[in-house]
Amino acid sequence: MLKLESIGKTFNAGTVNEKVALNGLNLHLNPGDFCTVIGGNGAGKSTMLNATAGLWPIDTGKILIDNVDVTNMPEFKRAKYLGRVFQDPMTGTAASMEIEENLALAARRGQTRFLKTRITKKERETYRELLRTLDLGLEDRMTSKVGLLSGGQRQALTLLMATLKKPKLLLLDEHTAALDPKTAAKVLETTDKFIEKDHLTTLMITHNMRDAIAHGNRLIMMYEGRIIYDVAGEEKKKLHVSDLLEKFEQASGNEFANDRMMLS
Amino acid sequence: MDILVLLNALPGACAQGLIWGIMAIGVYITYKILNLADLTVDGTMCTGGAVCIMMMTSGHGVGISLLVAFCAGLLAGLATGVLHTTLGIPAILAGILTQLGLYSINLRIMDGKANQAISVDKYDLLVSLRYIKGVAFTKNTIFVVALIIVILIALLYWFFGTELGSSIRATGSNENMARAQGINTDFNKVLGLMISNGIVAFASGLYAQYQGFADVNAGRGAIVIGLAAVIIGQVVFGKISENMAFRMLSVAFGAIIYYLVLQVVLWLGLNSNDLKLLSAIVVAIFLAIPHLKQQHFSKPKNKGGAANA
Repeated sequence: MLKLESIGKTFNAGTVNEKVALNGLNLHLNPGDFCTVIGGNGAGKSTMLNATAGLWPIDTGKILIDNVDVTNMPEFKRAKYLGRVFQDPMTGTAASMEIEENLALAARRGQTRFLKTRITKKERETYRELLRTLDLGLEDRMTSKVGLLSGGQRQALTLLMATLKKPKLLLLDEHTAALDPKTAAKVLETTDKFIEKDHLTTLMITHNMRDAIAHGNRLIMMYEGRIIYDVAGEEKKKLHVSDLLEKFEQASGNEFANDRMMLS
Repeated sequence: MDILVLLNALPGACAQGLIWGIMAIGVYITYKILNLADLTVDGTMCTGGAVCIMMMTSGHGVGISLLVAFCAGLLAGLATGVLHTTLGIPAILAGILTQLGLYSINLRIMDGKANQAISVDKYDLLVSLRYIKGVAFTKNTIFVVALIIVILIALLYWFFGTELGSSIRATGSNENMARAQGINTDFNKVLGLMISNGIVAFASGLYAQYQGFADVNAGRGAIVIGLAAVIIGQVVFGKISENMAFRMLSVAFGAIIYYLVLQVVLWLGLNSNDLKLLSAIVVAIFLAIPHLKQQHFSKPKNKGGAANA
């Protein structure tokens, strides 16, 4: 479903701030793969997601989504294949617009927008049903401005928007990191539910190693812009946090003591 | 200070305010909806008038002249939009560049003269300062412009409710989100800038007719007047409703209030040369109020923040 072929990306090339963010990265996701991504700060996790989403052009390599070469496709065009949820709850929704307006925008992802009226009655009913599944009471507040919602509510809504039109690939960039533990757990639960329902191919970055093990069918660990560990299926299920720490220490030499990459 | 002098001047101030209200609705689109400060309007506020007057004096009808003025505004917006999006120049600078360029273009439109007059006696004008008193109600400038504003707001309200209009609002509200939802934000910004400047140029066409001449300096400080109208409208009527049609209507009222206040200040004996300074100060104060309020007068409140879902 997703093929990243020897992706290279260097920021601020040729300056003192030069930073090799992706260094010949290869990744191949099968349809229905739910892959969690872990790695220390600067390992290139977010860069990988942003390269896939097309925020900027990559230096080398090729990106294929569902066998379509999207390497040179601008971000807004690529959006038709992608559902995205961001770390910052403010990023995924338009605060000054109503809940149903946000959903209507998401429902038209990948379509040309013309002068049709934006929300039909039937659509509104569909949204109400979908919002009910979030179990946050948002179905009764459909004309409220999104800016009035809490971070957790906004993340849940963003998740709904990202999956409203079934994406080829769902990109979750630490989407629970800014939430308190209880809310984070709830949003993760919703995430699982949505992914399961539509068998979505997913890349989920997390800082929480337990979450990385508990969710999904595959796990990759990144270090210095490359994947250093890739585990799936039964083997992944048997993993412990200590295994991951060990793997990380092997890969990074003795660096782990002063680079506490992941929390518990 | 004869109160009658003031009262006599009020209908004129009201008509001027209404025309600037149209212009301010154009500013509202960029400043509030697209979240861009577009300084192109200082140029477009002259271009529209120049085009309209030159067209009319060469024998075209008022309708077609205003339409061409509107199109000239679209082009000006297009120029700023392309400078900003395709060429990556910050919006404010892009606007200033277009504005500066327009100065020369405006002079060319007006045959190299700094102003071009049009006589209300010889041409069939849509609005004029002579059509304020003693004319049929339907010909009265205040009525005509008010009607135009109602139609304009209805059109814009419809447009910003469509899929395309919504995507423009989303672009202004959250660009990252808009792109993630497959919205071409660059295209939308250009489109928004075009519509905005088209409306401003249309207002400029009306204003030149109203005054009886197009002037190369007609647009100087226009952005400040437009912002003043937007902000006054927001401060005075903002709490009543969040409906967008109402918001645009309050912008138009903001422009009227601005011109009425101006009239009163002139009547009180202020030198008209000092008006621009006064405008700048008023707008600066109103722009600063939200910031100062937040800094000095806000008590710590328990906001329903990220913690509770």
